Amino acid sequence: MSDEANDNGAEEYITVVIAGQLFGLPILEVQDVFMPETITSVPLAANEIEGVLNLRGRIVTAINMRRRLGVEAAKQGQEIMAVGIEYKEESYGLIIDDVGEVLKLDMKNFEVNPTNLDPKWADVSAGVFRLEKELLVVLDVVKVLDIIHSQAA
Amino acid sequence: MDDLLSEFLTETVESLDVVDVELVKFEKDPNNQDILGNIFRLVHTIKGTCGFLGLPRLEALAHAGETLMGKYRDGAPVTTDGVTIILKSLDAIKDILAELAENEVEPQGNDDGLIAQLHVLSEGKTLDDANGVAASAPAKVEEAAAPVSDDGERDDSSAIKIVERELKPGEVTLDDLEAAFNSAPGPEDEAEAAAEPEAAAAPEPAAPKAADEGNLKRDKALQPQSIRVNVDTLEQLMTMVSELVLTRNQLLEILRRQDDNEFKVPLQRLSNVTAELQEGVMKTRMQPIGNAWQKLPRIIRDLSNDLDKKIDLEMIGAETELDRQVLEMIKDPLTHMVRNSADHGLETTAERIKAGKSEVGKVKLSAYHEGGHIIIEISDDGRGLNTPKIKEKILKNKLATPDELSKMTENQIHKFVFAAGFSTADVVTSVSGRGVGMDVVRTNIELIGGNVDLVSITGKGSTFKIKIPLTLAIVSALIVGIDDHRYAIPQLAVVELVRAHGDSEHRIEKINNSRVLRLRNKLLPLVRLSDILELETPAPVIEEDEDGNVIPIDTSLDENGFIVVIQVGPQTFGIVVDKVYDTEEIVVKPKSSLLRNIDMFSGNTILGDGSVIMIIDPNGMASQISNDVGSDSTEDEENEQSDKDKFANQTTSLLLFKAGTDEPKAVPLSLVTRLEEISVSDIEPSAGRDLVQYRGQLMPLLYMEGHEKMKESGRQPVLVFSDDDRSMGLVVDEILDIIDTNLNIEINVPQPGVLGSALIRGQATEIMDVGYYLPQAFDDWFERREQGESFRQKRLLLVDDSAFFRNMLSPVLSAAGYDVVTAIDPIEALKLLRDDPSLFDIVVSDIEMPNMDGFEFAETLNRDDKLKQLPIVALSSHISPGAIERGREVGFYDYVAKFDREGLVTALKETLETEGEAA
Repeated sequence: MSDEANDNGAEEYITVVIAGQLFGLPILEVQDVFMPETITSVPLAANEIEGVLNLRGRIVTAINMRRRLGVEAAKQGQEIMAVGIEYKEESYGLIIDDVGEVLKLDMKNFEVNPTNLDPKWADVSAGVFRLEKELLVVLDVVKVLDIIHSQAA
Repeated sequence: MDDLLSEFLTETVESLDVVDVELVKFEKDPNNQDILGNIFRLVHTIKGTCGFLGLPRLEALAHAGETLMGKYRDGAPVTTDGVTIILKSLDAIKDILAELAENEVEPQGNDDGLIAQLHVLSEGKTLDDANGVAASAPAKVEEAAAPVSDDGERDDSSAIKIVERELKPGEVTLDDLEAAFNSAPGPEDEAEAAAEPEAAAAPEPAAPKAADEGNLKRDKALQPQSIRVNVDTLEQLMTMVSELVLTRNQLLEILRRQDDNEFKVPLQRLSNVTAELQEGVMKTRMQPIGNAWQKLPRIIRDLSNDLDKKIDLEMIGAETELDRQVLEMIKDPLTHMVRNSADHGLETTAERIKAGKSEVGKVKLSAYHEGGHIIIEISDDGRGLNTPKIKEKILKNKLATPDELSKMTENQIHKFVFAAGFSTADVVTSVSGRGVGMDVVRTNIELIGGNVDLVSITGKGSTFKIKIPLTLAIVSALIVGIDDHRYAIPQLAVVELVRAHGDSEHRIEKINNSRVLRLRNKLLPLVRLSDILELETPAPVIEEDEDGNVIPIDTSLDENGFIVVIQVGPQTFGIVVDKVYDTEEIVVKPKSSLLRNIDMFSGNTILGDGSVIMIIDPNGMASQISNDVGSDSTEDEENEQSDKDKFANQTTSLLLFKAGTDEPKAVPLSLVTRLEEISVSDIEPSAGRDLVQYRGQLMPLLYMEGHEKMKESGRQPVLVFSDDDRSMGLVVDEILDIIDTNLNIEINVPQPGVLGSALIRGQATEIMDVGYYLPQAFDDWFERREQGESFRQKRLLLVDDSAFFRNMLSPVLSAAGYDVVTAIDPIEALKLLRDDPSLFDIVVSDIEMPNMDGFEFAETLNRDDKLKQLPIVALSSHISPGAIERGREVGFYDYVAKFDREGLVTALKETLETEGEAA
């Protein structure tokens, strides 16, 4: 990630909210933000996989971030959003609650994961930014997508 | 031209073009090792290939050139002379190639002079040094080099001056020539050298004059007829086309929901163009199967020597084309099977003589297309499979119990050679072969969605039949549903569709917890798709009886499901689903790597309505349930069926059903839009007819002539026929099956609603006349059509030799507002037309007809001054871009698939409108 940082040691993040917590995704890793329409569930798939959907002719695998983080499911009828990610020529959509603004964050406010972080969270988190009012957890996209591996572990 | 030769030419010409460019660089920078290396490699390749193809002249020249370049590559100083001579030899090579392209043989003559020069240079001498020894050797070079080279590249080097001077006719004396020949260090034959000078000197002098002409000719002859395209580019193109097909499907889906839309006509055209594009791109991926067969003759020859058997390998249909990707995948299994046939299938010569057979054993390999699939057969006239030994092996490997074995047919037993575990090493020796890696062969073939079958007759030989899809990218799939979830099952694996019914003969029964179905006196093991996919079963339906007591109903036995009968290798089983939707052409997209661990799905696809569905992998499913599935209930019939298929040139998919009587009835599947089940309680009688709400509209329900009876309660199967936005439902008792058959209708007693009878599976079956029912469903059928289009009723002449199509299409066309007259062939049609040319507004003609085909018919019309103006639309069951092109040439206005009713109606309307504007 550091190689993507610009001169003054700051990096841009798209902020998203999952179960009340603020998360950040490196902006260069995010393709687009969309509202998923019909998601086809995939039987036998890992619990975290919400299903597959058609995004402009591409088949996108949707990952339910609440389940990925092991937090309770969203309320019925709550509007959901998705962040589109491209990884190894495949398309993924991270299903989240809401998308916020783009923040330019200074690396001097960055810290590694606190040691007492829930293992499920520590598994997908690349570290934490101390913002003025709250904390922002940086999602490591590669680790988020490594569902099969983390299941086995 | 020989394939090999033409490939060589294309390849070499391409290489030489590269060399040309490289040489220009080389001339400027003669010491650049990279450039030299490049040129060296190309010339080396040419030399190698020439030797292989038996082109001695080219080979000798390339060899000499290579030697010199090799020296340079190894560090010898590069001289201008050297470069010039290399350029010259390359030009000579080009000339020979040009000649080759034209005459398929190397031109007469030789290049000894050039070769001599090359040798002199490679020995490290300069041409001047060599003058003493071979002063005139270079001189005769150009003379001897047959069609002679391009002289544009000469420079002022002394050697070239010599060449130039000597080139002038008459300056070469016989003595000089003789001296040259004798001293030239080439592989020259003395006698020939002595005999040839005159011949070489006499006819050749004209050559320089002809050089320019030769250049022109050469350029023309060597214009490549094919180009090489990177496979990745093709793959990408294919992906894009797949996307286009998807988008097209989506557009058509949207259009279907709207009435009279201005987009209709352009979309129809887009649809046609897309289909052609798809076919075109697919074609670029196609390769003749012969490419996978190339090594076989050699393998058979070696085997024949090793085993001391006389073997004759016959290969039929090598030109049959299939997808590159598929070809790669079947290459090894095919080789394996042919080797097996020769090795284990055929007896030794002694055994053959003893058995009264011809000494030479025969292995026959044939390939042909059959309805979107390619069939490859490998047969031998050997001893056939050794049934007792296979039985022994089955028992030893505990693949079946003795009891089960005793009930199996020989054919069923033979199929065990495909079973895993039959390929252990000792099988190779103990069973008379065939076991060797057959399960691997099967797995490989199934991996590409194909299947393999075998028939063996003791003492007569065995035949393996491989059925594989033409391409992997687009497959035809059956869309099935459970609750609201839809899944696609590749059509290739689907043997038949059975409607299960609590009270019909097709009843799902249970043994302990395993479901089975009695199907033609055999038990078919069943699995529920919802179970195997671990879908949550819906809560039991609660119903109240008359007294208000709650009766929980056990839905776990789903008495009313559809059973998709699947065959995977030797396994046959049924998958129970709730609903069966359409058959759709789907574009297979690989599943996400996150889902790769799920064997049950082979990929996913986007349907016409834009939703994503998973494609079920029959192989994965088979391996999952193999514990409880082992028997094989439909294969005998399958064999019978496929044998019939082989001889049938054209098959039609028919939906078999029962209505009223016990005799099965049939309707072409392509006419049926959907199979639906409606709840009897939803049926609303209105104004003397029954209606039901269907997709937001009222759909009239019709009954087969003479069987106006609805079920008392429960669910009623209905065949839905749609035309534009209107649908009608035909009430039937039971949907039996979908089969592919060679439809041969015998028209008999005219009976309303029935086209005629055909023999289907040995049973007389009534073929239903959909056209009869369509106007019944809508009294306003005709008026509706005319409201929007205020033209007078057009008179249409329908020419088709098949009574079936005449009868099927006339009502459709009448319904679309035309006054239809039919003719059984172009002869009759011409008579009608010539009697009164003004009588008809448009002609619709079949293409394949006896006496005079559609193309000829169109040409005849075009030649007739009075009939020239008459628009004519072609109707054919075989639509290929070639046929469409030919159709346009002979004057067809449009070209429509036989079962594409919508397309036909649109095409007619469009044609008449264009005509109207033109007039």
